Amino acid sequence: MTALIRLYRGHERLALGLLSMSLFLIAWQGLADGWWADALQRVSGQSVTLLRIKPIFLASPWRIATTAWQLYFVTGEMWRHLGLSAFEFSVAFVAALVVGMPAGLIAGRNRLLSYAADPLLTALSAMPQVALIPLVVLWMGTDVTARIFIIALLMLVPILINAHAAARTIDPRLLKLARSFGASERQVFRSIVLPSATPYLLAGTRFAIGRGMIGIVVGEIYGSSTGVGVMINQSGAQFQTARVFVGVLTIVVAGMALSELVRRIEKRCHVWRQPSLEQA
Amino acid sequence: MTVKLEARNISLSYGDPASGGNLLALSDINLQVREGEFVSIVGPSGCGKTTFLSVVDGLIRASAGQILVDGHVVTKPGRDRAVVFQDASLLPWRSVRRNVLYGLECAGITGRPAEERAAHFIDMVGLRGFEERYPYQLSGGMQQRVNLARALVMDPELLLMDEPFAALDAQTREMMQEELLQIWRASGKTVLFITHQIDEAIFLSDRVIVFSARPGRVKESVDITLDRPRSLKLKRDPRFHALEDRIWGLIQEDGGPPAR
Repeated sequence: MTALIRLYRGHERLALGLLSMSLFLIAWQGLADGWWADALQRVSGQSVTLLRIKPIFLASPWRIATTAWQLYFVTGEMWRHLGLSAFEFSVAFVAALVVGMPAGLIAGRNRLLSYAADPLLTALSAMPQVALIPLVVLWMGTDVTARIFIIALLMLVPILINAHAAARTIDPRLLKLARSFGASERQVFRSIVLPSATPYLLAGTRFAIGRGMIGIVVGEIYGSSTGVGVMINQSGAQFQTARVFVGVLTIVVAGMALSELVRRIEKRCHVWRQPSLEQA
Repeated sequence: MTVKLEARNISLSYGDPASGGNLLALSDINLQVREGEFVSIVGPSGCGKTTFLSVVDGLIRASAGQILVDGHVVTKPGRDRAVVFQDASLLPWRSVRRNVLYGLECAGITGRPAEERAAHFIDMVGLRGFEERYPYQLSGGMQQRVNLARALVMDPELLLMDEPFAALDAQTREMMQEELLQIWRASGKTVLFITHQIDEAIFLSDRVIVFSARPGRVKESVDITLDRPRSLKLKRDPRFHALEDRIWGLIQEDGGPPAR
């Protein structure tokens, strides 16, 4: 018993996380299989249909797991969807970074450009970009290019805004220092602007990844037959709730993995920062 | 003795957004600093001491007049001058060693020679063993030592110090003053030192220049003839107190107590 308590103490965070997750899954499985309805009926004598959810509305966790196994390792259908969506996401990600970071940094470094860009950026961040999808479909159709465009558009905004903010919040004392040492524009950029901006750029990137995941689903609402978003949309329309969850979980796992990757890069870039509560 | 720094009729005015007119910050400043001399500028708050230092460094262009270093007119920052900044202004993402290397890097000096020079001055300011620490891991006093080493490593003709010890606690400040004098003696640099602390100016300097309140003007230059080398005991000497009283008087008759 004491060994068990010691094990728990050592991994308190993991243990409590697993506990809440398990309880959640059990509650869910019980809803789908009618455990709670049966139990209540036995106690109260009445039938409680509200607590018995049909699989066309909500698949049980077990069913989702077996469907995932089927799609990934029996028919292999999922790899096709994942492959295309990953390709779209990667191209859009690179495009958003290549356009957004330099544009944001340059606009933020130049006072006049910054004034000029401000209302545009504010409008862009206030606008729900998904509302533009019908326009994109009108211009570009529903093929892969259009999907990439939609994902890139969604990812661009946080990258652009963060890069712009990063360039505007550089400590003026450090810029003065660089000028006093006669640093060239290029040296100032490399030694002051870029390192100061890095935390903002990475935070923007992390945020952009989440938005890109939304982009995969909404960008694939229309047209063709391949893609994780397509699979989610079509399965939903056909009441195949287990397949919907397999698609959603695929995106969740991919998004978490990418965010974790950026978080690790952040950590490595931040050895010079005072350790925060997070690590304490 | 040769003149290292000369300010000729320096005036500076700038547009004041509040009133729409021009604000005169510095008015007709003339002064000379001889080679190897330690000169401090004191004055009431807002008298333009720091602004004047920026003009000498070439970061701010004067509206009128000239700054000459070794007879050459200053138009922009140059290798012959180095600034020790008020807040250490260390690059937080660089270790002590790489902060000290920063100025050399900007000047295109890298590799072994740069590393050796940096190591020498890190040692001189007493930070050996702390080379790979980051600024957040250093005390305020240690950060100012890095700031000083970063300027010294440039081997400047003229060391410009902008209230470098203002943010330190009293004990650390006094310790740093004594150490600065040792380093100054060893390096033989010409120093222009800005401070709002009268005792600090007297303790360190060969000469204390008193600025008047805005616009900044040279009110008086007070020679400090106290023997060197000096130790902190000097601050309890009656001659020291007499000088303090005199400079206090000069500043007070000009509009209130010194800065802060």
